[in-house]
Amino acid sequence: MPSEYDAIVIGGGHNGLVTAAYLARAGKKTLLLERRHILGGSSVTEEIYPGFKFTVFSYVVSLFRPEIIRDLDLTRHGLMILPLESTLTPLPNGDYLYRGADHYETYRNVARFSQRDADIYEDYSRMMYFMAKAVKYVLGIVPPDPTSLNPAELNALLGMARHFLGLERDQFYTLVRLMTMSSADFLSRWFESEPLLGTLSASGIIGTFMGPRSPGTAYVLLHHYMGEIDGVFRAWGFSKGGTGGIADALASSGRALGVEIRTQAPVAQVIVKDGKAVGVALESGEELHARVVVSSLDPNQTFLKLIDPGILPDELTASLRRFVYRGSSGKVNLALDAAPDLACLPGPGAHLRGAISISPSIDYIERAYDDAKYGNLPQHPYIDAIIPSMIDPGMAPPGKHVMSCFVQYAPYQLREGNWDEKREAFGDIVVDTLAEYIPNLKDIILHRQVLTPLDIERTTGLSEGNIFQGELSLSQLFFLRPAPGVAKYTTPVGNYYQCGSAVHPGGGITGAPGKLAAQVILKDW
Amino acid sequence: MPIPTPFYPRTSALCESHEWRDWSGYLAASLYEHLHDREYYAIRNAAALIDVSPLFKYEARGPEALRFVNRVITRDLSRCAVGQVIYTPWCDDAGKVIDDGTVARLADDHFRITAADPNLAWFQDCAYGLDVDIRDVSSDLAALALQGPSSRQILQQVLRGTNLEGLKYYHLASAQAGAIPLTVSRTGYTGDLGYELWVAPEHAITLWDMLIEHGTGYGIAPAGMLALDIARIEAGLIMIQIDYISTRHALIPDQKSSPYEVGLGWTVNLDKGDFIGRKALQAEKAGGSKWEMVGVEVDWNSLEAQYARYALTPRVAGRASRSAVPIYKDGRQVGQMTSHTFSPLLKKYIGIATVEKQYAGYEDRVSVEITVEYTRQKADARLVKTPFYNPPRKRA
Amino acid sequence: MTKPPANNHYDVIVIGAGHNGLVAAASLAKAGKRVLVVEQRQTIGGAASTEPVFPGYQVDTGARDAGLFLPEIAAELNLEARGLRWLESPVLVYAPQPDGRSLTLWRDTRRSVAEIAAFSQTDAERYPKFLQEVSHFTRVLKRMMTVTPPSLPDLHAGELLPWLPAALNLKRLGDQEMMEFMRVLAMPVADFLDEWFESDALKGAIAAGSVMGGFQGPRASGTTFTLLYHALQAEEGFRSSRFVQGGMGSLVLALAEAAQQSGAEICTGQAVAQIILDGGRAAGVRLAGGEQITARVVVSNAEPRRTFFDLVGAPNLEVAFVREVKNIRLHSSLARLSFGLKRLPDFRAAGQAAFQNASREQLCGHILICPEMDYLERAYDEAKYGGIPTQPVLDIVLPTLTDPGRAPAGEHLMSIDFYYAPYSLKDASWDERRGELIDIVLRSLEAYAPGIGDAILHSQVLTPLDLEHDYGLTRGDIYHGQMGLDQLLFMRPVAGYGRYRTPLEGLYLCGTGTHPGGGVTGASGYNAAREILRDIR
Repeated sequence: MPSEYDAIVIGGGHNGLVTAAYLARAGKKTLLLERRHILGGSSVTEEIYPGFKFTVFSYVVSLFRPEIIRDLDLTRHGLMILPLESTLTPLPNGDYLYRGADHYETYRNVARFSQRDADIYEDYSRMMYFMAKAVKYVLGIVPPDPTSLNPAELNALLGMARHFLGLERDQFYTLVRLMTMSSADFLSRWFESEPLLGTLSASGIIGTFMGPRSPGTAYVLLHHYMGEIDGVFRAWGFSKGGTGGIADALASSGRALGVEIRTQAPVAQVIVKDGKAVGVALESGEELHARVVVSSLDPNQTFLKLIDPGILPDELTASLRRFVYRGSSGKVNLALDAAPDLACLPGPGAHLRGAISISPSIDYIERAYDDAKYGNLPQHPYIDAIIPSMIDPGMAPPGKHVMSCFVQYAPYQLREGNWDEKREAFGDIVVDTLAEYIPNLKDIILHRQVLTPLDIERTTGLSEGNIFQGELSLSQLFFLRPAPGVAKYTTPVGNYYQCGSAVHPGGGITGAPGKLAAQVILKDW
Repeated sequence: MPIPTPFYPRTSALCESHEWRDWSGYLAASLYEHLHDREYYAIRNAAALIDVSPLFKYEARGPEALRFVNRVITRDLSRCAVGQVIYTPWCDDAGKVIDDGTVARLADDHFRITAADPNLAWFQDCAYGLDVDIRDVSSDLAALALQGPSSRQILQQVLRGTNLEGLKYYHLASAQAGAIPLTVSRTGYTGDLGYELWVAPEHAITLWDMLIEHGTGYGIAPAGMLALDIARIEAGLIMIQIDYISTRHALIPDQKSSPYEVGLGWTVNLDKGDFIGRKALQAEKAGGSKWEMVGVEVDWNSLEAQYARYALTPRVAGRASRSAVPIYKDGRQVGQMTSHTFSPLLKKYIGIATVEKQYAGYEDRVSVEITVEYTRQKADARLVKTPFYNPPRKRA
Repeated sequence: MTKPPANNHYDVIVIGAGHNGLVAAASLAKAGKRVLVVEQRQTIGGAASTEPVFPGYQVDTGARDAGLFLPEIAAELNLEARGLRWLESPVLVYAPQPDGRSLTLWRDTRRSVAEIAAFSQTDAERYPKFLQEVSHFTRVLKRMMTVTPPSLPDLHAGELLPWLPAALNLKRLGDQEMMEFMRVLAMPVADFLDEWFESDALKGAIAAGSVMGGFQGPRASGTTFTLLYHALQAEEGFRSSRFVQGGMGSLVLALAEAAQQSGAEICTGQAVAQIILDGGRAAGVRLAGGEQITARVVVSNAEPRRTFFDLVGAPNLEVAFVREVKNIRLHSSLARLSFGLKRLPDFRAAGQAAFQNASREQLCGHILICPEMDYLERAYDEAKYGGIPTQPVLDIVLPTLTDPGRAPAGEHLMSIDFYYAPYSLKDASWDERRGELIDIVLRSLEAYAPGIGDAILHSQVLTPLDLEHDYGLTRGDIYHGQMGLDQLLFMRPVAGYGRYRTPLEGLYLCGTGTHPGGGVTGASGYNAAREILRDIR
């Protein structure tokens, strides 16, 4: 039976869109299927309250591969990444730590807490620049199989070994430390002041159900520096129109390249014949055929739901079942009648155009983790808030604002009760916590959207609400992601591929798995 | 945004050009008037007042302060008497320069170090295990340079109780300006007769006013960074991040330099006992350095000839340039001129350059790149010893 | 007893007569070197000493279990001929539960399976497979114990060659197991055990041993590695355990005898004040009394930070190295309580008839109060903010059950490791709060062994501060540096100095702060001696 399509991509998240666009760019007739009515997966912007656009789930960009912007001409399709200027850490005592693009202003701010930290800050930034440079290489390669004796694999392994062993000594050792330490221990090698340690260490826990003192979190920290090639904060940006703007640009570019996109087209199953994928069956019963099927969903769905379980080797099924999701974060989006006013820095200012980080110390975050790890809601969570309308005025009506609050920890598994009962209590905790630093907050809230890990799972399909499609822990990286043997974007089912964050190099709006998957597919063609 | 120094109320009122630079996070006037000529000539012919507060300042105090500073710097501090100041670089373990500055011996066990970059963490780590207290006093001290042939006469009227005739080059003294206590050192970054005054920030304005009051009759003028830059190139004084890259800022190993490579070999005392970088410097001294720092004097006739090809006359007067240009020997690039300027006094185009050591012979002929009418040309030049300008009054 | 050295020049001076120092001394002396061992304390053994803390008692003041000691070293130094007697308890862990039940894990897997079945049938079935997997992995790791780490990122064929057997062992696991090995090494032991088992009692009993010496809870990545490390010498088990008749002091005495018979001299009560440097080279030591003794090489069994900062002096080292030494992660993990008891405690959970033979047998391994992994994690939670856990994990041994000579007739010695004890307490000093440890322990134990408080005749508490002060364990770290993945192999004790050598020519390290690390293994001393002999042959 002839196939209607060369390729079908399941899931219209940013990685699915990237894969589809690259396949179409190579002349393949590509269909992309999205379950929801809008594209983007967790990169979506929705007008939840009239006139206010919420960047519902993901909210900042830094890791998006610039070559994808160039290859797919995304700027012409509307992509614009606006700089996020600064990070403000308000403190319970009314003080604050402000770090921005002005080197010496940051220096003076850090020096108020520790002169030594201020001195070392630049050395630290430089070392992280070296680290980002060192691992950039890995972002662009398909993970080799270390157990294989195949010359191509050995060659790839050797190449990697040469790359890393070729680093300068202190850089090599720092990289080893980033791969093994806790973010708290790693940062304590450099710094001593609590607000700085707290805020920097927070990058090590994003999307991860570990505390800043858990070994392995330094890697997550590194992961968040990978996009920061210039070693400066400007590398973090806000996509015009919210992260939905990225999805829109990718979709527009994809359509221009010939990708056919169907929304509200949930896939029920991948059709497999003689060990090969030949198409998909939609929940509507419709069957669509293609030479290649690509899933951008997480392994729970890609392997355990879309495929007849009997097809996969037991070992693989077992190891995919062990894959750790453990959603740890929630999101609160606010529509505001006026600009938030911070107690520590009243009035307007550059600090409102950056991140506001509730992370006064490592212990503060660690205690939030302590609550959450036993399934409780932390009373004082870590919050990373931004006010998108300050950066992109189009996000809210003139004079009004939207505020996006990423919250950790919100354990997917609650010890008592369920998330449907606890949703508003969670929202209250977040607003109460923020209101300690933003006294006018409660008076200006017009609408509140609370997203628990359960909501994230229900809406986006991310298992247990893990924003990275699986934890970025050492045992789930590189050739182990998502499981040995399926880390090269392929699956045991012929012509069936993966392209989501559950494969190397993992989560965040990088587009890298999507691009690498397209490369592998085209190479196999 | 850069912040004001303690002198800002005065400098901002005088800064008609409204052109400021960010110097270590502080506002520093680039020039006060439309042109910097008068400020430059104040340095060479009268007296110039330069706000140098943004310098980083540290104090080391304690029974092992001497041992600490001697461990850090390349020169031998034990030969530095109380009241004396020395100029020195300091290196990392591999003998590559971190920074350069002055060390003043305030008492047997008390030193003040000036630096271009933040150095507290480095100093603390060098001091680990030593009985010494190290403090960052950068914001505790405002600093003002009074430079130029008339500086002594002006200053003598302000510091009545101090015999400035007796204050030798690279020495310092405690002094009183009226009721204001301060430290005066006979140091500077102009290669001319001059002093630097170190004072508590709250007295900064009063001190400024006293100097202007007594100096007006001598033609005192505030001078900005542009005039200073020309003067320091004439004096052959190097600048961090311009003429060499601090090992802390280097992005690749090749960007690092040893003291031998930045013209500071004379500061390295390998016999004073162990200090940071000694082993590497010993090896470099034995094995030879890769680079050497030299002065460059561009041949004016050659320069004129290049411009003449386009029917132009040389247009080189103006600001000093901090963008490096290649230096060639027999058609091959052998180095770069990192700071260069037209010297209004010498009427020459001069520069500070780093060249491969085997080509660093004095009086050697090389060529430097110049840009005439959007095209790159080569002008003949000569490698010379610095300083280019060294008036006897500097030390007298 | 203080004895000064007989000569003023030796081939090798070993600083510290801990077990690794003695292994190094014995190996070096055996190779014909003139060796002097200088020990600060009056007794040898360091953190593996047996001391008469109470009248008539032989108390292990440091390590109690020599399960990790490398058999090849014991054989090479002929320790058994020197009177060393191993005591292998038939039980590895006896874990009484709050509900009155107990879980006993025997050396004999079949007996354990029967016990586990009472808690979970599935777990009982999986347990032998679990042990098999553990032993596959430990077979790979075991190879690494006596090999010197290569100095990465530099590559020297000569340094890599000795690793070939370990690499082959890894390859021999098969592709799937090899991947599994790489996957689990960095895992939290909590996740690893959750993948295998469902019973809290079983997971608690296994997890507790894996965090030994580490200031980390079971949810920390890398604790699966430490689980495997502690299982290295277990024939078929999850924890290497082997006691020494007469206490650890007997092992140390046998080592000392081996050293002395080969001509090594051991001086006790002689503190080294300083390592003498001559032109950047270690040339000998200066004793606290002022005597100088020179040597071709100096080997320090002391903790690295102490060695470099107190004995060498930071100003004699490069700044980058000083920064590294300052940054060695040293954490205390436990406090030690020793009790002299007038009778055997009555562990209610061990059954009604606690004094019957079967029950006595159950008590002669490690008695573990750790009913679940969360219990362990919560103890860590309190400690990580500088508190003393109110519900501590207790690892108890009763050596007198198998070795009655270690206490007066009828009395018993009880030794308790108290987890976790932070080095720095938040609100007070250890000297102010030391007494609380006994109260907390007795309160905890009362639930499991009622009436234990009345049985106590003598007690000794060693806080992390005492361990630092009396045994030279900086910040109370019993491993001279945490066994995190960031402080292993070429990163231990300091990145780039994993080969027992130091930046100072003639100065070597042989303590547990070097590869392979913690526990009474003898490996560090053994490996260091081999490297030294390579240099001064």
